[in-house]
Amino acid sequence: MSQSYNRGLVEDFGRWREFSAGMWAWIFHKFTGWVLVGYLFTHIAVLSTALSGEILYTETIRALESLLIVRILEVGLLAVAVFHILNGLRLLLVDLGIGLEAQDKSFYASLVLTGAIVVASVPTFVAGVF
Amino acid sequence: MAERYSSFRPGGRRWLWQRITAAFLVIVLAFHFFLLHFVNHADEVSFAMSQARMTQWTYYSLMILFLVTATFHGVNGVYNALINQGLSGSRKTAVKWTLVLASLVLIVQGIRTANAWAGIQII
Repeated sequence: MSQSYNRGLVEDFGRWREFSAGMWAWIFHKFTGWVLVGYLFTHIAVLSTALSGEILYTETIRALESLLIVRILEVGLLAVAVFHILNGLRLLLVDLGIGLEAQDKSFYASLVLTGAIVVASVPTFVAGVF
Repeated sequence: MAERYSSFRPGGRRWLWQRITAAFLVIVLAFHFFLLHFVNHADEVSFAMSQARMTQWTYYSLMILFLVTATFHGVNGVYNALINQGLSGSRKTAVKWTLVLASLVLIVQGIRTANAWAGIQII
């Protein structure tokens, strides 16, 4: 008989102290997913200014990009997207039966790699705002 | 046998399409970030630059496919997360059709925007 992976209800957040790596990966993946889908709607709404003319679009984007807070939020968006991509790859592999036994290590690797990519990207993301 | 823990019904098509769109989005989302933040820079954005990209049919079709798959993947993920939180019955039906409507509005608005750059006039 193979190992059981039933760890109880992950949505019972009061149990967070008992959570294993895989359960944290599940929660982070959901959280980053909610942020990304929320951003998708916001993104299309902002880009829709292109329907009102060339000048309005260019001025809207440039005004937004001139704000430091927008650049910081973009770094946050990058962090969320990179984690969702890397953990998503991890999930795709686990679904194919690859790396299930090392799923906790691949979660930690996703976190470390996300951190490294985000830190390395900060100079590019804030360029021109100061 | 290992017990299954997933937001998705076993063997369901929603699970399969979530995975298929994920495989596509992993590549295209990374490309999107790379192109629009590293090759081009955020403070240099202009209508003309977006237009130059969108008038290439390869880029235009990739972005339309990106919009449709990202909308499906995101909204399907939200729907399954809500079912996982206990959504059921008539509320589930109401949420489902609200999400379908929101997805359609998003896709139509995204295509209209892409068309504005590409110079395509349908309506």
